Amino acid sequence: MTVIIDYGMGNLGSVQNALKKIGKTAIVSSSRAEVSAATKIILPGVGSFDMAIHNLHKMGIFHTLKEKIINNNTPTLGICLGMQLLTRGSEEGKFEGLNAIDADTRRFDFTNVSIGLRVPHIGWNTLHQKKESRLFKEMPDKARFYFIHSYVVKCTDCHDVLSYTNYGYDFVSSFEKENILGCQFHPEKSHQNGMQLLKSFSERY
Amino acid sequence: MLTKRIVPCLDVRNRIVTKGIKFQNNVDLGDPVEMAVAYSDGGCDELVFYDITASAERRSIDIAMVRDVARAVHIPFAVGGGIADLDDMYRVLDAGAEKVSVNSLAVHNPDIIAEGARIFGSQCIVIGMDPVKTSDTAAFPSGYEITTRGFRERTGLDALEWARRAEQLGVGEIVVNSVDADGTRSGYEIELTRMIAVNVRIPVVASGGGGTPEHLVDVFNLAHADAAIIASMVHTGDYTIAAIKAALAAAGVPIRKKW
Repeated sequence: MTVIIDYGMGNLGSVQNALKKIGKTAIVSSSRAEVSAATKIILPGVGSFDMAIHNLHKMGIFHTLKEKIINNNTPTLGICLGMQLLTRGSEEGKFEGLNAIDADTRRFDFTNVSIGLRVPHIGWNTLHQKKESRLFKEMPDKARFYFIHSYVVKCTDCHDVLSYTNYGYDFVSSFEKENILGCQFHPEKSHQNGMQLLKSFSERY
Repeated sequence: MLTKRIVPCLDVRNRIVTKGIKFQNNVDLGDPVEMAVAYSDGGCDELVFYDITASAERRSIDIAMVRDVARAVHIPFAVGGGIADLDDMYRVLDAGAEKVSVNSLAVHNPDIIAEGARIFGSQCIVIGMDPVKTSDTAAFPSGYEITTRGFRERTGLDALEWARRAEQLGVGEIVVNSVDADGTRSGYEIELTRMIAVNVRIPVVASGGGGTPEHLVDVFNLAHADAAIIASMVHTGDYTIAAIKAALAAAGVPIRKKW
């Protein structure tokens, strides 16, 4: 069973609604037993970094999640903040992340960009695919997805990068390392392209 | 490349979409969920719902409607009207909205906005402001005063000063809704929108006055808005989202062409 992790920040319905739309079932849970039994994990993204990590600890599922993702190789998709939670840590907070991928989360930095860009980066932007992936099967390059974020992931190993997106500079809009996937955009809010991506995650992993 | 956003606005009263001019003489238009699906499939980039009487009636927003919209459409949407505290923000976001739009609350209790941004993230908190033109430039250097409760209440706040304050409070986006242009379909208030857009570093959404695709071209190219709210021009059936987008593309405005 696919488990959408509930870390008490709301808006988990959107991911579940999107899965329902493509005929997939998932449960929303913060129970250690249910997380342990998950065959797939979706870490949704709402709220701030420290608040989310704090809640995962408070609910007693931080270490269960790490175990599932890192040792049990459970296919895991982090969305937006959920993607950032998979990194070592974020400039947004002080707490340690799940540290499932060699990456850090930083605020958009336009110091070296001549034109002043607005933060958050909100709206529909394109993905430039960097490697073959089951996640992007049948997805044309430069497909548009919906973004809404102020922080971005920096991968240490460029081989983990699945796609870049340009906003002032190229940032990592998705990564994939073995069973660990993250996307900075919101597939659950990206209409047809988003449904197709969630379908690929549901069926091909 | 990031595209400009076209955002149909659905003013809802008793679960029926309605539209008035300068917040008056409202006409009923249809069911909010059905209209949301039609616009989403028609290619809009976001949606916004305002529970237009919640604030005046001092009651909470219609959460069941938010939930129904979230089940039916899979694009982002914002919800505003009658947000009174952090619980209301949580309930709207939890029901499936991407963003919560605050107006009166922000004016009367700015601290709650900062707290909401801290808890839910800046990107979830949108501030809606209803500026009205004033000749009293001594009290209002920008030439605009902020009003609330559907233009029923003046606040004594200068529009530009308030926009800057909102950015400092940590909101993720500003909707500039011109009271003077609302429902007139005679064009966005370019000067006002531009003044806010060039003075803040968060996205700015223009609202009020959109009547033709050319109006949108102007508000994007001349006023530097990141998104534009449309209502009457599509609610009446005079234009489709696709037609508006075709005109924008022809004018060189980056837009999302496939959906």
